[in-house]
Amino acid sequence: MTVRRSSLAAAVILLAGTALASDTDRRSGFDFMGPQTQAMQADDTANPGMLSVLDGEDLWNTPAGAANRSCADCHGDAATSMRGVATRYPSYDEKAKAPITLDQRILQCRADRQEAPPLAWESPDLLALSAYVAHQSRGLPVETGADPQLTPFIDQGRELFTQRQGQLDFSCADCHDANWGKRLGGAVIPQAHPTGYPIYRLEWQAMGSLQRRLRNCMAGVRAEPYGFGSPEHTELELFLMTRARGLPLETPGVRP
Amino acid sequence: MRVPPSLITLALVLVLVTAPAFAERIVGDAMPDRLAAAPGDPERGRAIVTSRQTGLCLLCHSGPFPEERFQGDLAPSLAGVGSRLSEGQIRLRIADARGLDPDTIMPSYLRTDGLDRVAETWRGKPILSAGEIEDVVAFLATLKD
Ligand code: HEC
Ligand code: HEC
Ligand code: HEC
Repeated sequence: MTVRRSSLAAAVILLAGTALASDTDRRSGFDFMGPQTQAMQADDTANPGMLSVLDGEDLWNTPAGAANRSCADCHGDAATSMRGVATRYPSYDEKAKAPITLDQRILQCRADRQEAPPLAWESPDLLALSAYVAHQSRGLPVETGADPQLTPFIDQGRELFTQRQGQLDFSCADCHDANWGKRLGGAVIPQAHPTGYPIYRLEWQAMGSLQRRLRNCMAGVRAEPYGFGSPEHTELELFLMTRARGLPLETPGVRP
Repeated sequence: MRVPPSLITLALVLVLVTAPAFAERIVGDAMPDRLAAAPGDPERGRAIVTSRQTGLCLLCHSGPFPEERFQGDLAPSLAGVGSRLSEGQIRLRIADARGLDPDTIMPSYLRTDGLDRVAETWRGKPILSAGEIEDVVAFLATLKD
């Protein structure tokens, strides 16, 4: 029994595939921020991301598309129907035979169920819907990655995370596994847990998705960023969420 | 027949940055000979080291640059590097730190081979030119304490 449990633990650590010593060593980007930025995130009346969540609530209740249906027409009260949903994304999509992100899931409902024109990546409306849905899971632990069909995609994401890229020839792991907590110029390197997305980033003065954040990191090492909605982004997000399993969701996070 | 000096310099630069010539320039843990015809200029070197667009050094290093608010702590301080290392040792550490230690995070500033997914603007270009590296070497050599 004990043997079984420890081999299960070993499997989980292998799955997470990181140099982090244990769960207790895992820290959200929140923990690396200054007290003022932390206070801004923690207080809903000061958190600029809450405006986007409120926009999302409006959109949730507004009929759209040829079907003239709102999200609420099918899903009812998001506080119940969407509670916990974001903790399981990216999740396996039977039709695509591949994982899809929460944004892609929302876009699917918009196309297939509302028959409405697609929302652009990084558009305020998509960020707002995504923030509203994810906000319903605030405080709940990340559960992504439990579905065995996801395993090859998680492996692919880990591969992307550990491969060196760009003119500066860095992997994500070089910074986020080997050097988290240290100072890269003016910024403290976090462990890269995607628990607050979409976030309000002070540097952007705007909401942004995880994909936008990752594209920033790739541009930083002078690599060609992956396109929005690309399989590479989904695989990286899947790997990161699996690696963050157990940490609470924070949406909307505030980041420097 | 006289070859124009600019062509000679161009040929020299091409020879210097190709891999075999690169390896031949390494003596022990140093690269004793200059990479460019002209000697480096320490003042230009200081500007490169403190620039977040060209040198990027202060992303990782700190050093005696009181006017620079944001300095990294991923790497040893550059203070005193001119008395710890010879010019040739400094040159090799900038040109090809990864060649010395494949596990280091310090980028190889003169190499363009073995890179993956480089953004179009930077493709095929080293992070610093041979001349810029000479400027940086000349500057670091002045950091005696
Ligand atoms: C050279 C170092 C470096 C590399 C390489 C790098 N990052 Fe980052 N990353 C950072 C820094 C620094 C921040 C925080 C920036 C800030 O706070 O302004 C960050 C932030 C993040 C965040 C946000 C975490 C949060 O709390 O919101 C994620 C996720 C992330 N990186 C993932 C990645 C991935 C995936 C890759 C590879 C594709 C990568 N990073 C490559 C330095 C790096
Ligand atoms: C006409 C009905 C309909 C409309 C309108 C609709 N959805 Fe859906 N949605 C569904 C159904 C049915 C499912 C479940 C499909 C499944 O499980 O395969 C679903 C699934 C989802 C999921 C995934 C839930 C999970 O547990 O993985 C999310 C998130 C979602 N919808 C968000 C939205 C949003 C946001 C809108 C509005 C922009 C919307 N939906 C509009 C019918 C609808
Ligand atoms: C991404 C991080 C990074 C950047 C950018 C960087 N370095 Fe380094 N550098 C290091 C690390 C780390 C070491 C220590 C060697 C090791 O541990 O691998 C180092 C070592 C050195 C050394 C040897 C120091 C000694 O005392 O032995 C010199 C000299 C040096 N760097 C100069 C520079 C210069 C000049 C620049 C910019 C043109 C630069 N570095 C940019 C990370 C970096």
